[in-house]
Amino acid sequence: MRAAVALGLLVLAAAPLRAQDPIDRGVRVGITYTAGTRPRLVLLPGAGLDSVRAILQRDLDFSDRFEVLPLESGSAASGSTVNYQLYRTLGAEYGVDVRSDAAGVVVRLHDIGSGTVRQQQPFPLPAQSAPGFRMAVHRVSDEVVRWVTGTPGVAATRLVVLMNKRAYRVDSDGADVTPITPASETVLSPTWSPDGRYVAYTRFLDGAGPIMLHDLATGRAQRVFGTESQLNFTPAFSPDGRSLAFARTDQQGGTDIYAVNVTDQCCLRRLTVGRFADNLSPTYAPDGRRIAFVSTRPGTPQIYAMSSDGTDQELLAPYDYGATGPSNAPEWSPDGASVAFHRDIDRAPQVFILEVGSRRFKQLTSSGRNSDPTWAPDGRHLAFVSDRSGRAQVWIIDTETGRIRQLSLTGEVRLPHWSRRFGAASP
Amino acid sequence: MKSRSLLVFALLAAAACGGKKPAETPAPAPAPAPIDSTAIKARMRQDSINAAEARARAAADAAARAAAQLQAQLSAEVSAMIHFDFDKADIKPEDQANLDRKAAILKANPGLSIQIAGNCDNRGSDEYNLALGNRRAAAAQRYLINQGVSASQITIVSYGEERPVNPANDEAAWAENRNDQFTPTAGGNNLVAPK
Repeated sequence: MRAAVALGLLVLAAAPLRAQDPIDRGVRVGITYTAGTRPRLVLLPGAGLDSVRAILQRDLDFSDRFEVLPLESGSAASGSTVNYQLYRTLGAEYGVDVRSDAAGVVVRLHDIGSGTVRQQQPFPLPAQSAPGFRMAVHRVSDEVVRWVTGTPGVAATRLVVLMNKRAYRVDSDGADVTPITPASETVLSPTWSPDGRYVAYTRFLDGAGPIMLHDLATGRAQRVFGTESQLNFTPAFSPDGRSLAFARTDQQGGTDIYAVNVTDQCCLRRLTVGRFADNLSPTYAPDGRRIAFVSTRPGTPQIYAMSSDGTDQELLAPYDYGATGPSNAPEWSPDGASVAFHRDIDRAPQVFILEVGSRRFKQLTSSGRNSDPTWAPDGRHLAFVSDRSGRAQVWIIDTETGRIRQLSLTGEVRLPHWSRRFGAASP
Repeated sequence: MKSRSLLVFALLAAAACGGKKPAETPAPAPAPAPIDSTAIKARMRQDSINAAEARARAAADAAARAAAQLQAQLSAEVSAMIHFDFDKADIKPEDQANLDRKAAILKANPGLSIQIAGNCDNRGSDEYNLALGNRRAAAAQRYLINQGVSASQITIVSYGEERPVNPANDEAAWAENRNDQFTPTAGGNNLVAPK
């Protein structure tokens, strides 16, 4: 009875939310998507599993695919049947039911409209105190997102960031902030390997900067072949994880892009010959055949592209000579359709998305300084650095809805890079 | 032959007679405390030696000070920073005298090697600044080589925006932080002043 009252209040509270939703962005392909709305989803109340529910609730909200109706945890211990009628009056289209079983949890996705269970699956979970617990729950939520939308969520991912010259990893929901490199080292340009086993970064020394391949399981860092001398920076893995492209300074003042076979630690090859221009910040297209990069050949840094062997170089992001600000930090989207980068507008960097096919731009930010965008594996969310809160922090934007949230970290944050999805083997 | 032997004998005899005059006997004076003239002379000699040594030491100290001062001045001239405009890597006219002096010192001291580190303010993109810093270091390197300095005396490196001289976030700090820093890597002691 008490639960019914609480839910009744929710109807009143939730109704105005609809009006705040971003307006018409076109009909999406999907079963229940309609223009400008996200389907309402409710995490069904149940006994126990409070921490599982709390993580799921937040993940599903952060997925930006649903309007997640808030429920007091444990407000109603539902029996074996779900009161579809009640949730229908709340406007919920989906109900997610989580119950314990011997090995972990069983999750059911209820279609509230038709009053049926659309999907159910047992998920083994490690003990709540085990290091893999949160990531395992994130994988459950990513699967629920897939049940509804056909595309898994991105909760089971991490970002690597720089804080005070040290590389840290942090879960996509801001939890579990863990240093990767020792406090005694200064590092730059951290980047994930596609399988999430390694982070590569520049170890910043006095007269040189080798690129290190840091094995996250063992904590051991190995110097990448071909990066012994000079300053080597902005490493980026090819999508198959075999090649590492990076920029390297020379003694004539230039910077050019090289690639090395990182699995066999051999075969250094030079991809650009800048002479009077610098080339840096390579990023592979998901098919591995093209590389977008920054070149100063027009005088200011702008975004170019080339084949992964260095041939067939072209301007990628149009600019007006003498008028457009510097453009930097490109990252190719996981679906290959776009390249995110930042471009200075009135001397402040702002995040842009370039549609590769049409060469059209979308400017995503305008307040404060916003830089160094990095894609989530869904190709829909972007993390970037912004000082809009007063100090440099990582923010995550859903490019579909424009919803934005801060990944709260202590201290100034720089150069984020978003991992691919972590499989069940990852901690 | 014989006549020469005789002459030598005569000369030797004369010399012997001259040194052998009869001794005069002075009136016996009341015996004062015997003056140890040997000790006085020794003391005077020692004093003059000490004075001479002090003068020499002072001169040496002065010379050492002057040399140290010159070393300090030469080191300071070698290390003096140059500065850049925002997002630029061009040597400014006001820094040319600075670099000309460095070139002269480097040429006078072929054993001297320096590292030029290019630095940036924190406004540009973090990673682009690494490339820009390298350009700035190379600009000074090229200038010095054009003045006749051996390329083997110079290495360049970029610190981008990672090592600001002034951590503040204003125009003055940014201007300070856009620089080239010059550090001797070998032969930085006992520099010879250029002629």
